[in-house]
Amino acid sequence: MTIITRRQALITGLSGSGLLLAGCSKIFQADTLTESASFQRVLAAAQGWTRGTQRFLLGGGEMAREYKPADISAHFKANGTLDPGGEYYDRQVTGGFASWRLQIDGMVTHPLALSVAELRRLPARSQITRHDCVEGWSAIGGWTGVPLALLLNAAGVRAGAKYVVFYCADNLDGEPAKGGEQSPGQYYESIGLTDAMHPQTLIAYDMNGKPLDVPHGAPLRLRVERQLGYKMAKYIQHIQVVSDFRGISGGHGGYWEDRGYDWYAGI
Amino acid sequence: MSSSAAEAIPETAKRHARPRREVIRRHAWPVRLTHWINALTIFIMVGSGLNIFNAHPRLYWGRTGADLDKPFLALEAVKTPAGLRGRTTVGPLRFDTTGVLGVSREDGEQTARAWPDWVTLPSYTDLADARHWHFFFAWILIANGALYLTWSLARRHLQRNLWPTASDLRAIPRSIVDHIKLRHPKGEAAKRYNVLQRLAYLGLLLLVAGMVVTGLCMSPGFDAFAPWLVEVLGGRQTARTLHFLFAFAIVLFIVVHLTEVVLAGPINEVRSMITGRYAVPGEHE
Repeated sequence: MTIITRRQALITGLSGSGLLLAGCSKIFQADTLTESASFQRVLAAAQGWTRGTQRFLLGGGEMAREYKPADISAHFKANGTLDPGGEYYDRQVTGGFASWRLQIDGMVTHPLALSVAELRRLPARSQITRHDCVEGWSAIGGWTGVPLALLLNAAGVRAGAKYVVFYCADNLDGEPAKGGEQSPGQYYESIGLTDAMHPQTLIAYDMNGKPLDVPHGAPLRLRVERQLGYKMAKYIQHIQVVSDFRGISGGHGGYWEDRGYDWYAGI
Repeated sequence: MSSSAAEAIPETAKRHARPRREVIRRHAWPVRLTHWINALTIFIMVGSGLNIFNAHPRLYWGRTGADLDKPFLALEAVKTPAGLRGRTTVGPLRFDTTGVLGVSREDGEQTARAWPDWVTLPSYTDLADARHWHFFFAWILIANGALYLTWSLARRHLQRNLWPTASDLRAIPRSIVDHIKLRHPKGEAAKRYNVLQRLAYLGLLLLVAGMVVTGLCMSPGFDAFAPWLVEVLGGRQTARTLHFLFAFAIVLFIVVHLTEVVLAGPINEVRSMITGRYAVPGEHE
């Protein structure tokens, strides 16, 4: 006995799967769940699993792939702040960043303040790497700069230090912070000591053989090659070594982190 | 059977003419459990994946690709004198997809967004939230897949029930004809997966494996661990494009799968995937 005709079955099957796909947000009450803080904590557990797994896989200090000069992208998209502007920064641009100082302090034995010229005289590393944005696009660029490990060792990291925080000259006020108070728009980022001490982690001053231009972070930007682009702070003025970043700005360790993005950006 | 012949059979005989269907145990509990976890997971992965896609709704081939590079696929909003229009580009082809792709209604207003709010998870565009859903359920998918594969290999479910035999392979043309005519196996033949089912399920396993590999290859951390893998695939942007195409193939599988369930008798089929009990369609039904 055939209760369901073939045509009905086809229509039911097709429209059923279509409705399921289309209605999945509604079926799972996804929006309500997403906005619930306790459900967010459940989802956030995965960030720990991912970080733990990648820490284990990258335990040997594995290097990000380096490319040939011919692989460098013709156009390297500049994202986030394209020009910090403001009186102070504009004056720095006009003056060729001659009076720009990179301050290194926090949990260090010898706080440092270095000019760009002084940084250029230190041993440098050059690398051609792929930059992956959290949005999905990629570009390959060549970077030259001082390994962060060299600077941190010169400053002397004190026992108990865990993170390195980067404070930038740009302000991205436009993006509202998630939940509760608006965190300040000043860009900042932080990475763990493992990534900070990695040989490919640089305070870069050259891009593709030329001094960094304004859209890409002049005069100094961070390269953390095994993570996504938003970790690679531009326009760096101040590096602080800390044991905890919960008291800084929105408390999640970075501008985008204060707006819901994961602190660990290896995926 | 002509209607006059049917009328000639007395009521009692009619009842006996339809013997009780034989009931067998069709699906073992690990298959049933992992099936439903997988079903939920895949819907969440597709919905959150499309939300992530909306953050940069362009796909490229090769290692790199961004705004100024030529995309293989793009879902964009373009300003025209007639208002905001949705434009979909696939290779050399261009389509006006206003209302669905590129531009669609959100809170009653035509909005520039690649995929419409009724397919993304969450419905509003939010890359950070979509990534949280996606990566949490990616771990569920991995755990569920590991459970299924371990059990299937150990209990020889994969080898016995999914891997096609030589006679299965010879029966492909006939099975294709049967499927086109919507003729389903009966009796003994209905107790085992037919060859197209076997190939479809094996294909799904391959597709999910492909999703995991291409997904991992988009991770800069994983790429530092296994830089050769993303290069073998053809580069990170190729991996991203394949991730999308494989997902599309999985959606296609789901559509065919659900249609077949409805055709083969939805109550019996769904029950067999919940309780494991399956009533075998009789030879003469």
